[in-house]
Amino acid sequence: MKSDKVTKQILFAASLIILLTAAGMVFSLIMGAIPVFKEFGLGFVFSNEWDPTEGRENYGALPFIAGTLITSILAIVICLPMAFSTSLFIGEYFRKSAVASVISSMVDLLAGVPSIVYGLWGFYTLRPIIMELGLSPQGYGVFTSGIILAIMIIPYATSLSNEIISMVPNELKEAAYSLGATRMEVVFTVILPNARSGIVASYILAFGRALGETMAVTMLIGNSNVVPDSLFGTGNTMASVIANQFGEADGLKLSALIGIGLLLFIITALVNWIGKIIIKKFS
Amino acid sequence: MRKLLAIAMCLAVLVGCQNSKKSDKSTGAKKKSVSLTAAGATFPMPFYNMVFKQYTKETGLLLTYGGIGSGGGIRSLKDKVVDFGASDAFLSDEKAADLPAEIVHIPTCLGAVVIAYNLPGVDELKLSNDLLEKIFMGEITKWNDSRLKANNPGANLPDMAITFVHRSDGSGTTFIFSDYMSKISSKWETEVGRGKSLKWPVGMGAKGNPGVAGTIKQTAGAIGYIGSEYAFAQSIAVAKVQNAAGKYIEPSIASISAAAKGEIPADTRVMLTNSSDADAYPISGFTWIILYKEQAYDGRSKAQAEETLKFLDWLIAGEAQLVAEKVNYAPLPEKAVNQAKTILRSVTYNGSPVLK
Repeated sequence: MKSDKVTKQILFAASLIILLTAAGMVFSLIMGAIPVFKEFGLGFVFSNEWDPTEGRENYGALPFIAGTLITSILAIVICLPMAFSTSLFIGEYFRKSAVASVISSMVDLLAGVPSIVYGLWGFYTLRPIIMELGLSPQGYGVFTSGIILAIMIIPYATSLSNEIISMVPNELKEAAYSLGATRMEVVFTVILPNARSGIVASYILAFGRALGETMAVTMLIGNSNVVPDSLFGTGNTMASVIANQFGEADGLKLSALIGIGLLLFIITALVNWIGKIIIKKFS
Repeated sequence: MRKLLAIAMCLAVLVGCQNSKKSDKSTGAKKKSVSLTAAGATFPMPFYNMVFKQYTKETGLLLTYGGIGSGGGIRSLKDKVVDFGASDAFLSDEKAADLPAEIVHIPTCLGAVVIAYNLPGVDELKLSNDLLEKIFMGEITKWNDSRLKANNPGANLPDMAITFVHRSDGSGTTFIFSDYMSKISSKWETEVGRGKSLKWPVGMGAKGNPGVAGTIKQTAGAIGYIGSEYAFAQSIAVAKVQNAAGKYIEPSIASISAAAKGEIPADTRVMLTNSSDADAYPISGFTWIILYKEQAYDGRSKAQAEETLKFLDWLIAGEAQLVAEKVNYAPLPEKAVNQAKTILRSVTYNGSPVLK
């Protein structure tokens, strides 16, 4: 009885700490962002001016919001077919075979590679290829970052959705086969309807990761503080501009960077919330 | 940010104290009861680290330098936690009035900003002020532009897009570069202006001197600006720039040093960009050490003040300036040294000059 009470209190304390930490983070972000919102109002979110020159400071977060959303959406679009077919390969077609286990561990390995290594690979290998193809004269930009992000999030999408695909009850699949269904029909009529909420959840998780990724993107996006003018143009993301500029920032500029942090927090929270709704609707 | 700096400074001071205690015990003959602490700009840090070490070796006096950025150096001086601060930009009258007492600026060496480029097969590139404006404002976008060709008749300029690489982080290098651009181009001054970070009309950003240099080296058709101390240490192609006398000057230790040969105000607070000297490389600048004019503050001992001044007097002349050259900074020309010496002799302790 007594140990039960102690456990309960420990658990309560632990969850309270998490709650307080999250609340504290939001609180300090809001406090830090107040000056910039006071100065520019909602215009801070929708203006594409970013001018840190003393005397005519003007801060708008739109270039970074646009850069973040465009690279992340590009990443999830590239990632989707790759991750989906890989998870079907591992979770259904070649389930429990040696090939599948090798591929599955390779995918997990990709998830463990630090983002700076992806950045280096992108800088020295992917960027010259983009230049060689003539897509962009200098190889930096939204497209290059999108590809790198896609490669970085594939493991997240893949390993979770293959778990879920392989969790679809065998009885259901066997029943479908016994009715004469082909493998393709089983995938689309039995596996997908059963696993879809989990698969959607895995893509949302991957998307969330793409939103916040900093290092590899900083190295490849070109860091120009404008709304990208094309798929191959340069831009900047929210996480990347914070990492680049907070060192020398003070006053209103520091507040603008914290404001961007707050917006990133809100966007990530929104994505998670939408994800939850979708999962609820599907299951 | 401020808190972090304060903590960093406390640590630096603590380390300084500890060192002085140790030295009291170990160096019996050359016993020194004081040690000096300084903090500020990162740009001259390799130079300061080198000379501080050498001075400690020669005299036994312990010196500590924290490269926390120019802004941090001035804040530390304001909080009186350092003996002197270091800054790449001089303090305007307004900013100097923010400090609790009168200060003096001592130039210690010169640095420059070079225009580096990557064009296979082009060994020499001359850029007039007009071309600099047109390239960095985004009006010239191709290397084989007729205006570029006209200025470089011998060079085989390729049909290649110009990629301008600038700093993505805030930096004193950007400040010197934009100050020069503002001086030579009224269009730049009104549309972009001066600052440690800017609203760039064109181009892409990379982090730090290494980031910009690396991107230029990796990208054919790239052009960008880099701190001279970094560019000289790497072998990277740099453009010749037109100075105020109209001559095309290659950045070198000598031509950067020449930028300080012209008229300098008595307090040395001047941006040396676009120097009037005919041999000067035009995108050059001083870096300064800043200290209080009256050294008897906060219960500082006379010995502390004397050691500070003695060290600074040593730093701006002779052997120490030769060290500057070794680590790719330009030494102060004779006249600037004399001016700095005069300023140092105006520093007082309880009203009487510290140095004779």
